[in-house]
Amino acid sequence: METFTGKVWVLGDDIDTDIIIPTEYLALKTIDEMKQYGFSPLRPELAGLIKEGDIIVAGKNFGCGSSREQAPEIIKALGVKCVIAKSFARIFFRNSINNGLLLMEQPDLYDDMTEGDIIQVTVNEHVEYQGRFYQIASLPQNLVDIISAGGLVKAMRKRNGLD
Amino acid sequence: MGYTIIEKIIRHNTGAQNVKPGDIVTVKADRVMIHDIFIPFVADKFEEMGFKKLWDPDKAVLIYDHLVPASQLDDTRHFRIGDAFAAKYGMKHVHRSDGICHQLMTEAGYVKPGDVVFGTDSHTTTYGCVGAFSSGIGYTEMASILGTGTMWIKVPETIKVVIEGKLPEDVMSKDIILRLIGDLGADGATYLALEFTGSTVEEMSVSSRMTIANMAVEAGAKCALFTPDEKTAEYCEIKLNEFQKSLTGDEDAVYKKVIRYRAEDFVPVMACPSQVDKIKPVSELEGIAIDQVFIGSCTNGRLEDLAAAAGVLKGKKVADYVKLIVTPASRKIYQEAMDQGIMEILSEAGAIITHPGCGLCCGRTGGILSDGERVVATNNRNFLGRMGTNKVEIYLASPKTAAACALAGRIVSAE
Repeated sequence: METFTGKVWVLGDDIDTDIIIPTEYLALKTIDEMKQYGFSPLRPELAGLIKEGDIIVAGKNFGCGSSREQAPEIIKALGVKCVIAKSFARIFFRNSINNGLLLMEQPDLYDDMTEGDIIQVTVNEHVEYQGRFYQIASLPQNLVDIISAGGLVKAMRKRNGLD
Repeated sequence: MGYTIIEKIIRHNTGAQNVKPGDIVTVKADRVMIHDIFIPFVADKFEEMGFKKLWDPDKAVLIYDHLVPASQLDDTRHFRIGDAFAAKYGMKHVHRSDGICHQLMTEAGYVKPGDVVFGTDSHTTTYGCVGAFSSGIGYTEMASILGTGTMWIKVPETIKVVIEGKLPEDVMSKDIILRLIGDLGADGATYLALEFTGSTVEEMSVSSRMTIANMAVEAGAKCALFTPDEKTAEYCEIKLNEFQKSLTGDEDAVYKKVIRYRAEDFVPVMACPSQVDKIKPVSELEGIAIDQVFIGSCTNGRLEDLAAAAGVLKGKKVADYVKLIVTPASRKIYQEAMDQGIMEILSEAGAIITHPGCGLCCGRTGGILSDGERVVATNNRNFLGRMGTNKVEIYLASPKTAAACALAGRIVSAE
């Protein structure tokens, strides 16, 4: 099973999609142009600080609000390896799977986590932080299929005989 | 064993005999809705996926509402891409300036009771007002539905909300849904269906039910469902068939939870900055000075909402320094409000009346505010930075309460 380590940024409960990317930037042409505004209503400096391979740990209901798919795309474009939260809003969850952004639900890690610390993630198994192990559930098979195809676009290309 | 409304719709749609919460099933879309913000992304993904034609051009509806009329230099690009996509793939249902998508989908007859509908907007839950299963999705999933006509869903558990009795005069359906979101929390219905029933709900107009279904997503719900009745049939201009008539929760259906309210216990409330579930009675907030009032949106921009506001504003003037902005949800509502003299009352009271659209609600076109300012608004979200800077305070309320606040220049209860 895939294992990786990363530095953690801690965000709170109910991080909504207007915080992840405000509506005023949604008509910018590309995700690359938009990503500098990621999380700007809450922490304007954050998008500039996140480095490739970093991890976001958050509270409950991460990604609540609008259906904007730019939200997971921006998080991915900023280089975030995965988001670990107490829970995720449903549209954000679907959009993340379809774009290959890894999400994990974990009820306790957020309460113990200090920003800037390093964690080690073993996908579909557990997170290790300061010598303690936090269990994570595995995903249903139909979602694993989409992720392993490389996202929904690739799954459809395969269906249409293109790849 | 009995079934909930959502289970009945999924059984009918899939033809499956046994449907239980947690099952992953593939449903056929009866209708889909795409709006202007996301059409460029849908078009890109659709072609990248390698589709050559739409599964059924007649079932797809394209609506320009968030960016109409254009307010930033690149906005018209969305209309050009949308128009080209519609022309290329033979889409006939394109609305370029008729109003907000969620109003038009039922108003223009695109959604019927028992339908399965997906839209590229979280407030797609609105169509549950006529007993349709409708839910928001992203643009990648929309692209795949446009090609295949199908989508996977997990059959949700249902929370049943029973409301019995007669609502107090100053309470609107907005106060009911705000209270429910406060009681459930902003994630209290995540992945779940909400089913509304009881004598209060039966008495309610389809418009009032729309307000409730619209905001169900603010508690995280996948969909909200009302049993289709005679009012629904009249609104949809149809005769209910046997399947549509059957869309009521069975007595022996299994619910995750049943929540009961007495209508008489509701009071006017507000969602306080900056969380939709931070609900307080208006009576506890009185005296807070405000700079702007917004009455409109897919939540509360219908004729009965404008009429309720006009009832409060008639013969009076909006407070000095307060901008009252009114946005009807559709062109049809705009015209009806003119015909009935509602617009005249609003205008004489000092309201700024805008074209139908989404602009103000999402801080995209007009009416944005700055640091330290406060707005009482009838829309569905008070998120940080949604209607201007991140230091704007947004209080969500019913049209009656909002109108009363506009007159006073501060938060007050409607008389």
